[in-house]
Amino acid sequence: MQNLKLREKIEEMSGVSVLKCMRCGKCSATCPNYDEMEFHPHQFVYFVEKGEIDKLANSKSIYTCLSCMACVERCPRQVEPAKIIEAVKLLQIRKQGNNHLKPEQVSVSLDPELPAQALTSAFRKYSK
Amino acid sequence: MNFTYYPGCTLKAKGKDLDIYARKCAEVLGVTMDEIKDWQCCGGCYTTSQDEIATKLASVRALVEAKNNNTELLTLCSACHNVIKRVNNDMATNDYFNFRVNNYLKLDQPYNGEATVIHYLEMLRDKVGFDKIKEKVVNPLTGKKIGAYYGCLLLRPSSVMAFDNPENPTILEDFIKAIGATPVIYQMRNECCGAYCTLEDKAIPKKRSDKIIENALSKGAECLITACPLCLYNLKVNGGDKIPVYYFTELLAEALGVK
Repeated sequence: MQNLKLREKIEEMSGVSVLKCMRCGKCSATCPNYDEMEFHPHQFVYFVEKGEIDKLANSKSIYTCLSCMACVERCPRQVEPAKIIEAVKLLQIRKQGNNHLKPEQVSVSLDPELPAQALTSAFRKYSK
Repeated sequence: MNFTYYPGCTLKAKGKDLDIYARKCAEVLGVTMDEIKDWQCCGGCYTTSQDEIATKLASVRALVEAKNNNTELLTLCSACHNVIKRVNNDMATNDYFNFRVNNYLKLDQPYNGEATVIHYLEMLRDKVGFDKIKEKVVNPLTGKKIGAYYGCLLLRPSSVMAFDNPENPTILEDFIKAIGATPVIYQMRNECCGAYCTLEDKAIPKKRSDKIIENALSKGAECLITACPLCLYNLKVNGGDKIPVYYFTELLAEALGVK
């Protein structure tokens, strides 16, 4: 389903314009987590442009972005895909009861060596 | 030289070594690190969405403290540095964000990004100077081949971080030379370690760390150094202890004779 209103919202949140994309594919070529994603960074840009956002929002790919900013840094057109992925993900986890990570999921098997930074950033990324 | 210092959550727990050695070295180098009394966790990860306000307030509070102290804000953990520096940039350049934050915080004076955020490594390079450090080294790490692992957070996005050349950085290599060791250049030094994904799926950081370590070993590195506790964990634990990984401050302390 085409949803241009949602596209507008995502562009507003991310602060970038998907129409600037020239489809060079550099974002996906440089993505360190490419193999773990069903939809790759260039596809996020493409499908948001088409207004086909539901399939992105329902994909696990929104949680596999590492926020490493490689695609943001290397995009020759400043489309900055990671910001678009982040906006799609936020629209999901901002829904009531839709947190991707819950405290009870992690407390049992926590590695004693794991730095607090892993927990704080994972909760910042996956939960509201 | 005085700085307002923001340690962050990890440096008070699993990443204590990064902080302890930094403080010992600062003493030798004539640098005073005044820790913010009631600092709050930066959240570990900057949220890029422009309508995210509440998650960035802790950073603004630290920035205001530095402004009021009339000193630069010194950071040490890569994640804190990334988050706080990007929030500061928002306060200086994004009117909507600035308005919402100031409207909420109701400070005596509105905050408009006046403070400067400086990472400990930048402080060593730009304030102390690597030449000066060289002079203070009593135990040079001669012959030690060290691979600098930058990761993502110090370098990207370079338009805001302005830390070093994002694709061909030299600051850690210059640091390695200053402590008398030999830097090893390898391609993967600025590629992601897999970060917080370790919580959900260890296979991701394992795969990332393997690639980074394999690359560093193939270029002759005997150990790696980093400024990020999560990078250290991923490279060490998820990387399967194939190469020693140290905080850069630990090696600095060793060279300065205060370890």
